[in-house]
Amino acid sequence: MKHGVNGVALAVFVFFFLVVTVLGFLAARWRRAENALNLDEWGLGGRSFGTWITWFLLGGDLYTAYTFVAVPAAVYAAGASGFFAVPYTILVYPMIFCFLPRLWSVARSHGYVTPSDFVRGRYGSRGLSLAVAITGILATMPYIALQLVGIQAVLDVLGVGGGTSTNWFVKDLPLLIAFAVLAAYTYSSGLRAPALIAFVKDSLIYIVIAVAIIYIPMRLGGFGHIFHTASEAYSKVNPATGKPRGELVSSAKNQWAYGTLALGSALALFMYPHSITATLSSRSRDVVRRNTTILPLYSLMLGLLAMLGFMAIADGVGKGVKGFNAQLAIPQLFLNVFPSWFAGLAFAAIGIGALVPAAIMSIAAANLFTRNVYRDFLRPNATPEQETRVSKLVSLVVKVGALAFVLTMDKTVAINFQLLGGIWILQTFPAIVAGLYTRWFHRWALLAGWLVGMVYGTWAAWTVASPTQAHFGGSSKLIPGIGQIGYIGLTAFALNLAVAIVLTVVFKALGTPEGFDETAPADYTADAKRPTAPQPPPHGDELPPVATTGH
Amino acid sequence: MTEPPPQPKPVITATRLVAALCLILPFVATLWVSSYARPTPAFIGIPFFYWYQMAWVVISTGLTSVAYVLIRREERARRSDGPEGAA
Repeated sequence: MKHGVNGVALAVFVFFFLVVTVLGFLAARWRRAENALNLDEWGLGGRSFGTWITWFLLGGDLYTAYTFVAVPAAVYAAGASGFFAVPYTILVYPMIFCFLPRLWSVARSHGYVTPSDFVRGRYGSRGLSLAVAITGILATMPYIALQLVGIQAVLDVLGVGGGTSTNWFVKDLPLLIAFAVLAAYTYSSGLRAPALIAFVKDSLIYIVIAVAIIYIPMRLGGFGHIFHTASEAYSKVNPATGKPRGELVSSAKNQWAYGTLALGSALALFMYPHSITATLSSRSRDVVRRNTTILPLYSLMLGLLAMLGFMAIADGVGKGVKGFNAQLAIPQLFLNVFPSWFAGLAFAAIGIGALVPAAIMSIAAANLFTRNVYRDFLRPNATPEQETRVSKLVSLVVKVGALAFVLTMDKTVAINFQLLGGIWILQTFPAIVAGLYTRWFHRWALLAGWLVGMVYGTWAAWTVASPTQAHFGGSSKLIPGIGQIGYIGLTAFALNLAVAIVLTVVFKALGTPEGFDETAPADYTADAKRPTAPQPPPHGDELPPVATTGH
Repeated sequence: MTEPPPQPKPVITATRLVAALCLILPFVATLWVSSYARPTPAFIGIPFFYWYQMAWVVISTGLTSVAYVLIRREERARRSDGPEGAA
């Protein structure tokens, strides 16, 4: 960047990074259990978190650094369409209010660590469980990579690393250091590390947003002026595409895309393994449900953040710069309007904001591999100690993979895969959520529906072109039969569901075996303090099917 | 949207209907995009499109909280009169 290294901002950034590193390692001792070599301990923080820790953990997990950079960047680039993140995060909570407590209860009753564990137990199908696990790992990997992209954006604006240096090692060194530190404390502390760091991250974020939303409009001449400038900027025709840059208010032809993207993303969010990991680490059913009433505070913050996109335009960020990277708009705005020390604080918030979800995501992916590939297929008699060791190692492998991804490939590849990941993960919804309510669906019908959704979604995304890329140019496409542009993931989901319903009827008529269901109706409403059926303790991982519940 | 009860008690109760309504309203309000996709009336310079959606973050939080209180009260009541051990 043109500024060179900003010493004060960098010092503040490094200071907070060090604080968080110390916290990450100390977390191993925080609320330590007697037997730490257990996946419930390393991978779920002992399933012991109360309302407020869960709130910070889930907030830090769902509202990632990438979100903080990408949402205002999308608003900066195109206006209204980027704001879909707000209705998306509004709709998530009424939705999970209904099904998440049931998932928590059944997971606690049977010692499930991952959503695939539940699918295997419910449908007695390792195949369906494997499909859900693989989808989860595939969708999570690029998401971790994007967190590193978020850190890169901040480092870039700070003037360390990034594009200006010629030597690749010097260029990527800051990212490598950040990454090595993250990997080390995740390995040693497990889920407790991001839980503790989330406190710092979110406190910083709330401070930055509160200041930004009051201070910046005052400096830029009020909201009226900001939106007026933005409106003019959006209406300017882009010579490359022959179309305006964007729009201030969603026009009729874009409204379906706006709504379906919000709904589809909301359906998908709690199918991501890292969301489930943070949920299952909470202490009780009530903690989960109560959190649906306090987590929207983060949505409010996200909405305010999105508005920073307009402020970046009004401030003239990127004006006249050819090929300006929209992802840098918000960090650049902070550097322009804030004193150096406060800009450093804001960057620390974004940087640490990347570490929390990256840690949880790698833990979630590692748990999936350990439980649903390693234990189900490779070593059925694995002890809890072996499971934990494998999970810790896999968490490292996953992160190295994500790092290799970011360093060797173009950023757009990570973004393309993230887009695909959202479409893919949505296809696990019928197996997981329908399973929480009914055993009506046939396991093979769900598998077939999943496959159809995956294939259609991938193909449809491949065919979308944008001015800059021939494939994966966006997430919306004409919905067959409706004639409107809509989110591909939701169309694929509808196809998926239709196939699952039709084939369930067929398989039932043919009398194909339905598989053994190890859960009982009472498991779905059970609470930690009130053990229902005669259950083994929650740490018992080697669960035989409960005989009393068979059909 | 309501949960099936663990015992043969009525699945649909007045409390659950109200809770379900609270949870469904945000979907109607935000997915009916054409109802709010306009610039006016602006609020302190913010176009309607934006402040309407921001307001719904707050409104839906309130509605979810109402549903939370209602459902918790009902779950507790069901637990206390349910047969022993079958919560």
